[in-house]
Amino acid sequence: MNRVITDYKKENRRAIIKAIILRVLCYSFLCFVSVMCIFFFYLLLVNTTRANNDLQGGRFTLMLSRFFNQNFKNLFSKFKTDFDALKGFRASFVIAFSSAVLTCYFSALTAYGIYAYDFKGKRLMEAFILAIMMIPPQLSSVGFFQMASKYGLKNNWWMLILPSIAAPSIFFYMIQYLRATLPKDLIESSRIDGSNEFMTFNRVVLPIMKPALAVQMIFAFVGSWNNLYMPSLLLSDSEKKTLPVMINALQRTSWGNIDLGCVYMAIFLSILPVVIVYLFLSRFIIKGVTAGSVKG
Amino acid sequence: MKENKNKKNPSYAKWGYIFVASFFVVYFLFTFIPQVLTIYDSFFDYTDIVGTLETEVSFAGLKNYKMLFSRNIRGDIEILRCLGNTIIIWLIGVIPQMSFGLLIALIFTSSKLRLKGTGFFKTVFYMPNLIMAAAFASLILALFGTIGPFHTLFVEKGWIAQTFDFISDKTWARILIAFMNFLMWFGNTTILLMAGIQGIDNSVFESAKIDGASSVHVLWDITLPLLKPIAVYVFITSMIGGLQMFDVAEVLTGKAKNNSTRTIVMLINDYLKVGNYGHAGAVSVVLFIITAILSLIIFRSINRKGESMS
Repeated sequence: MNRVITDYKKENRRAIIKAIILRVLCYSFLCFVSVMCIFFFYLLLVNTTRANNDLQGGRFTLMLSRFFNQNFKNLFSKFKTDFDALKGFRASFVIAFSSAVLTCYFSALTAYGIYAYDFKGKRLMEAFILAIMMIPPQLSSVGFFQMASKYGLKNNWWMLILPSIAAPSIFFYMIQYLRATLPKDLIESSRIDGSNEFMTFNRVVLPIMKPALAVQMIFAFVGSWNNLYMPSLLLSDSEKKTLPVMINALQRTSWGNIDLGCVYMAIFLSILPVVIVYLFLSRFIIKGVTAGSVKG
Repeated sequence: MKENKNKKNPSYAKWGYIFVASFFVVYFLFTFIPQVLTIYDSFFDYTDIVGTLETEVSFAGLKNYKMLFSRNIRGDIEILRCLGNTIIIWLIGVIPQMSFGLLIALIFTSSKLRLKGTGFFKTVFYMPNLIMAAAFASLILALFGTIGPFHTLFVEKGWIAQTFDFISDKTWARILIAFMNFLMWFGNTTILLMAGIQGIDNSVFESAKIDGASSVHVLWDITLPLLKPIAVYVFITSMIGGLQMFDVAEVLTGKAKNNSTRTIVMLINDYLKVGNYGHAGAVSVVLFIITAILSLIIFRSINRKGESMS
């Protein structure tokens, strides 16, 4: 009898040890991957604190140095002729913010139009929007570039902002969200209260859609903020260039002659806004990744 | 009470049209017309008239397409080379992306391990996706450029010559781009696969437990087969995204004019920059056809998923 119990205890202890080892292994693996992810952000931070001589001289280090303020000052003074950070920020911000707002508002409006009203052809319209989601953006880029060149609109920011009004994938997300959250009675009751259709959308529907709008705003903003393809084709005027276009241009110059401390500072500042927003809202962003795709 | 209420069934249909109008107008102007123009371009020849800024446009029939699929001076078929580059780089990246994604998703959802801090890890794993490709590439350059630590180390060890450059080397450049793509996208894959695993009906696992199935069995015979439709979905969307690879490759190796990392969108980009709309259009149409076929496969796999899971 006693032996059976000790055997059982032994077995149990073995299972516990096995589970502990497994957990330690898993945590080590996850930590290793985390370090790999954070490493590049850290490296960038280190390089913003180092002087140009050290960076060009070649001794690699992961120790923070003390030239952060110096590089920051130089970026906006001496370095301005190579890389006008303020203008880049302005361009990136105006384009990313306006397209994020427009894309969310109009996608929600279109989704609401199809969800709330019965009209001829609405099934067809929805199917059409789903179908065009599959067309790669490159198919239109050639003609788009050609049109912009022909009509002298190449350096016009509107060409990068306005097309975002028609965003099939965001429409798809919004209509799924509406179907899940907006009862049609609510529309009816606000009509009875004397609200006209636009007011209903702006004052009743939009507030209900806030979570969906917030998630898509962030994705749209980040997407546009980081976008290189179209802006690099369209923006040739140095007054109008966005940050990615400017950084790409820096890559193509000879690094021996420019202040690398400033280069890293510029890159650091250009990813900072997105990282800060992300750290505050990561919970919603991670939810947003799955919401649109898997349900579909 | 408003008098509206007395009308039994007022027609609001016109509002539907008004609300969707903006989408269709903008789509028509900024996407549909350019698409038609691209396809049109692919059948025309754009040649600069020597000595002027004018361009002569003439009907070319299928000449642009034939040209794309014929050998150039180096004996390459340019479009196939770029397509090959794109697919190879995508494959090198997607294999670790899917395996890491799956492994981490399984660790996170394991009811046996019940790990703490998964929220933190998810946040960290998704973070590389936010970094601008241009910024990321310059950090890779800081590590692998000719004054970077890896170059110094490899030279000291005698593995590479002093003149060696990772960025212009065929294999290394491809691996570096693939690594960047992997690091940017594995977090996304993890989150999608996790949702897939959590979507599996819990009673399936319960009954397996009652039947005394081992955890390896559960993984192999239940989790993985049920996860397959979502894995296929993630794989093919990743492939469609991979075919459009541009930023990372352009910023890292565009300057080095590395022929083994030139992707298909870089090819379109290069034709566009010199105003060769005919060739750029033809490449775009080819890319569109490939993507359309892949999308059809997705559509099918999603439909099948719906049947088996509901």
